[in-house]
Amino acid sequence: MNKKGSTFYLLLIPVLLWLVVLIVTPHLDLMFRSFRLETDEGNMIFSLNNYLTFFQDKIYWLTFVKTALYSIFVTFLAFVVTFPVAFYLTKVVGKRYSGFMTLLLLIPIWIGELVTVYGWMILLRDNGVINNFLMRIGLIKSPIEMLFTNFSMTIGLLYMSMLFMIVPMMSALDSLDDSLIEAASDLGASKWTIFRQIIIPYTTPGIVSGGIIVFMLVIGDYVAPNILGGKSSLWFTEQIYNKFLASFNWSEGAAFGFLLLLLSSTIIWIALKLTGQKLERVGS
Amino acid sequence: MKKLVLVSLTAILTLMMFTANAVMAKDTLRLLTWKGYAPAKLVKDFEAKTGIDVKLTYSNNEEMIAKLRATRGGGFDLAQPSQDRISFVQMKFPVYQAIDYSRVNTAQLTKSMLDAVKRNTAVDGKGYGVPHCYGTTGMIVNKKLAPGANDWSDLWNPKYAGKISYRLKRPLLIATAFGMGEDPFALYGDIDAYRALMKRVEATLINGKKFVKNYWTSGDTQVAIIKSGDANVISGWDGKGWTLHKTNPDIDFIAPKSGALGWIDTFALPAKSKNLDAAYKWINFMMEPKNAAYFTNKEGYGTASAGALEFLNDEIKANFSRSFPQADLDNIKWHPPVPAGFEKIEAKVLDRIKAAK
Repeated sequence: MNKKGSTFYLLLIPVLLWLVVLIVTPHLDLMFRSFRLETDEGNMIFSLNNYLTFFQDKIYWLTFVKTALYSIFVTFLAFVVTFPVAFYLTKVVGKRYSGFMTLLLLIPIWIGELVTVYGWMILLRDNGVINNFLMRIGLIKSPIEMLFTNFSMTIGLLYMSMLFMIVPMMSALDSLDDSLIEAASDLGASKWTIFRQIIIPYTTPGIVSGGIIVFMLVIGDYVAPNILGGKSSLWFTEQIYNKFLASFNWSEGAAFGFLLLLLSSTIIWIALKLTGQKLERVGS
Repeated sequence: MKKLVLVSLTAILTLMMFTANAVMAKDTLRLLTWKGYAPAKLVKDFEAKTGIDVKLTYSNNEEMIAKLRATRGGGFDLAQPSQDRISFVQMKFPVYQAIDYSRVNTAQLTKSMLDAVKRNTAVDGKGYGVPHCYGTTGMIVNKKLAPGANDWSDLWNPKYAGKISYRLKRPLLIATAFGMGEDPFALYGDIDAYRALMKRVEATLINGKKFVKNYWTSGDTQVAIIKSGDANVISGWDGKGWTLHKTNPDIDFIAPKSGALGWIDTFALPAKSKNLDAAYKWINFMMEPKNAAYFTNKEGYGTASAGALEFLNDEIKANFSRSFPQADLDNIKWHPPVPAGFEKIEAKVLDRIKAAK
């Protein structure tokens, strides 16, 4: 009994260390910092000002709204783009090939975001691969401006987050019994009905969990909006970065960090509520 | 028994960590610097000569301050901030320690530059910086594709629409003010006038935003954007412009008519530097005329080393005479120390420009 107790505590130590030292303490420190304000005389006082700035200054909350809307849009796109891929890999192609193809999908993750972003720059720039190709085959006369636009930013965000949508969706689809689809088909259901009434309801948990990961990744991303996004792509994370590094205002940066955490969690909570209601309606 | 093993294991591990730390502190120089400021050859020579390992971390002015502030001046033995970014930081968060100039071989430094840096980095009468190199921020222009671009005001000139790029940071705000015919440095003593000036600068840059291709963000992206032809008229550093000139003679660095912005980068000692000996050794080693000349020949930035001139390549000398005719040389605006609180004003202006349509 005593022996078991000591092993238990021994195993508990790393867990507690991890949680307390690496997660709880820094957050508490940031939280205290976010309520501190430097007066003109240079004294530190307790204040809610750092949070109020966010709501008072149009530029901050507008940036956040833009970032959030874009993240939702990218999440939706990720679903649209990856669903056929996930379906194909689990239901159409044989087990042997599907493993290999999934491995191929993983490659961009191994390379790292920064490198893939630079890769996209080579493809998309005015005299880059895509424009050169289109001009060579005579489809366009002058290069289309693709790099440093919202288009290139969306592609960058989508490319790096797509995989996190595919994997949970595949595991959900994997457990879907093929006979359900066959039965529906035998009973005369159209493909669209099967998709809407059987596949979607069944895979909703996978879609939602994938969607949460993608949304969180995109809203907290810094590299793709910063490098691919161009001159007007002020992302909320960039504003936090600027608070810390350009204006040395750590208190406001901390407050903005907490607001990002709070607001994005709220959006996810709403999304969960919404999909939850849908599930009930379909079930009844 | 088990307990004993466990206790002794922990003891050994802790001991190892401490000794590893001690060994590291003894023979390592942890240098926080800019890319290119510690050429591989010089690092190797220094390690061979002194037996000290050099560990490099690359950064820029903003990140340097943030890093040192986060550790209260620890984690590095020597840093290389610009001279105008030392005193106000030091007054607010003491992350540096004063330089003991008797340990610096000042005879091998250009006296006027040493005096200027001492004065500009002074807090309570003590100097916090030793000059390392200097250069200017001006414009890099593809002369074939954008003939006639020669002033800051060309960064919002419709003539070059879609082919303009710059780094959206404080030097650009200063440059814009000069391009509008104002003198921002003269307003460093009057925060309200400066705020009003920044409002006008903001309006100019937001109006001109539609002509901008993109904002570059680092030395690498600066080079890439003009090399690839995505932009023809950009703000840039002289050393980068001259390096580009070597591979493409159409591209060159130009000192804007309303004045290139001069900067001096320094050596400064973080407050918790663990190896001051190595730090001073590195400073003196880097400023030896031959080594300083090697750095300038390689990177193109001017050096504060007094005797380096005779070791410079002709090409480097040619760069200076090509880009800086006497009138432009006299017109260089050297950055005075930034007063406290100014960066806050500028950060908001920069945010609003970035977010504007």
